[in-house]
Amino acid sequence: MIAALLVPLVGRFSGRLARGITVAAPAVALGCAVQALRVALASGPWHYSLGGWAPPWGIEYVVDPLGGGMAVLVALLSTLVALYAGPYLRDLSPRRTAIFDSLFLLLTSGLLGITLTGDLFNLYVFFEISSLAAYALLASGGERAVMATFRYLLLGTIAASFYLLGLGYLYALTGTVNMADLAIRLPDVGGGSAFTVGVVLIVVGLAIKMAVFPLHGWMPDAYTYAPPPVTMFIAAVMSKVSAYALLRVLFFVLPPTGAVETALSVLSWVAAGGVLAASVLALAQTDVRRMLAYSSVGQMGYVVLGLSLGNAAAITGALLHVMGHAVAKACLFGAVGSLPRETAQADIAGFAGASRRAPFTMAAFTVAALSLVGMPPTAGFFSKWYLLRGAFEADAWLFAGVLLLSSLLSALYFFRILEQIYFVDPSVAEPARTPQRSTVSLASRVPVVTLGAAVLLIGLFNGWLVTAVIQHALPEL
Amino acid sequence: MSVVAWGQLQYALAAVLLLVGLYGMLVKTNLVRKLMAMNVMQVGVIVFFVSLAVRAGGTPPIEIEQHAPDAAATAVVYANPLPHALMLTAIVVSVSTTGVALALLIRIHRRYGTLDEAELLDRLAE
Repeated sequence: MIAALLVPLVGRFSGRLARGITVAAPAVALGCAVQALRVALASGPWHYSLGGWAPPWGIEYVVDPLGGGMAVLVALLSTLVALYAGPYLRDLSPRRTAIFDSLFLLLTSGLLGITLTGDLFNLYVFFEISSLAAYALLASGGERAVMATFRYLLLGTIAASFYLLGLGYLYALTGTVNMADLAIRLPDVGGGSAFTVGVVLIVVGLAIKMAVFPLHGWMPDAYTYAPPPVTMFIAAVMSKVSAYALLRVLFFVLPPTGAVETALSVLSWVAAGGVLAASVLALAQTDVRRMLAYSSVGQMGYVVLGLSLGNAAAITGALLHVMGHAVAKACLFGAVGSLPRETAQADIAGFAGASRRAPFTMAAFTVAALSLVGMPPTAGFFSKWYLLRGAFEADAWLFAGVLLLSSLLSALYFFRILEQIYFVDPSVAEPARTPQRSTVSLASRVPVVTLGAAVLLIGLFNGWLVTAVIQHALPEL
Repeated sequence: MSVVAWGQLQYALAAVLLLVGLYGMLVKTNLVRKLMAMNVMQVGVIVFFVSLAVRAGGTPPIEIEQHAPDAAATAVVYANPLPHALMLTAIVVSVSTTGVALALLIRIHRRYGTLDEAELLDRLAE
């Protein structure tokens, strides 16, 4: 499994010679991750101590069903995005291509590291690795992107510092930063004010990284101006990985005592408010990518809501939603980004008649959009179904209402686009923008269509996914 | 770990640094100042961690038996080396973040000729 971590790093240097390695490295990592997940499912968590130091002193990597599952997701999307980036990179000089590739692999390895580490400080380091790579990638989107990136950098650093400070409190209490060790020792010492402060700082830090509603300020700008492959990957994966970290910390490391329960209930209200506010904001956007970014904020709200409800059904829903949304959002951003540049920069009206120019891409876009709305048999329907069941089990009728209402809102904002794509004749609406023949190249079409198909597959095989993987990944409740 | 040699002063220092940093990041309009405030905040975190390592009467956690068998070898109380190791990593992270941030600022300055947030926002709105 360590190969999954090392391969991108090795590829980072030789990536200068061949773009092929950029595609191959995450693909190999994907293979490793799948294999590791199978081992973890068959014979329990897989521990690896880096450098031969036994935990709790050395750094430990753990592949359990939850982390392994996330690693598979990250590696899969990374492979597809690496493919997708090909046509975009053709416009750049070889030197910039190499820089892009190495940063992209660095980002991937950082994210993989987050999913596999068994050490909270190591988690912080990987967060910073992936964030640094993400800053540089986002900033390559042009002048407006640089400003957005700088803001993201400041906020991201505040988030990381909060997380680190909270970790300091936990460390002061227990004398360890190893996850398993913390989980053993914290129940004895938890409950004091130092514990509360630590929990609050960690949760706030991770919430900024996830772009949960009131802390989402950095996201829409960053997503809107970044180059398409970057947005596709970062939007799909980065916030999900932070969500994973939050789940890991809240349910696997911290004992379920006062401060954690309070944190969960605060999170649930924040998430519910965020889902609604973000949906309304998305409705108000005219730039498609900005709208998708706000929709991401809302969808992350679902995930947090599921986590904070804290029963088995809700967490299953949250995890399924993490998967479904990651795949669907990558598909959406990918589809938007693969259209000719003038269309992608434009507002919703620019999508008029796009189905005629790029039928396959737009079909994938439609499937992904329907998934976010929650239409059966796409992935979104089933994750929302579990989330609703969780809300009912927790007697949280208000939250169930929020889930339904926001689904309606997202139906509204997606159908606005779908109408443009399928039913508006561009030559009537705007004769100046005459439809060209499909300029979407094969290399970018394949990943997008694959993702669209994956959305359907996750939906159709959700029963299998839940029983085979997610059930084992749930914390003991 | 809870025993601190010189009272709790360095914790207060950490808190002050953190708050000064946060304040600076929120209030200053010049982006370079924001960045400096960010660094101040990170130093606050680092001071906090290093403070955790202190123990009353602790010696540096270095093995020196061969060189001075009578002096430090008998000391039982060591300062905890782990937070130092962690902070070494955190310092590296903070330096690289600052580097990336400065690179971004250079690009902003080249394009817009200013690093004042209000002016930049006006330009961006055009």
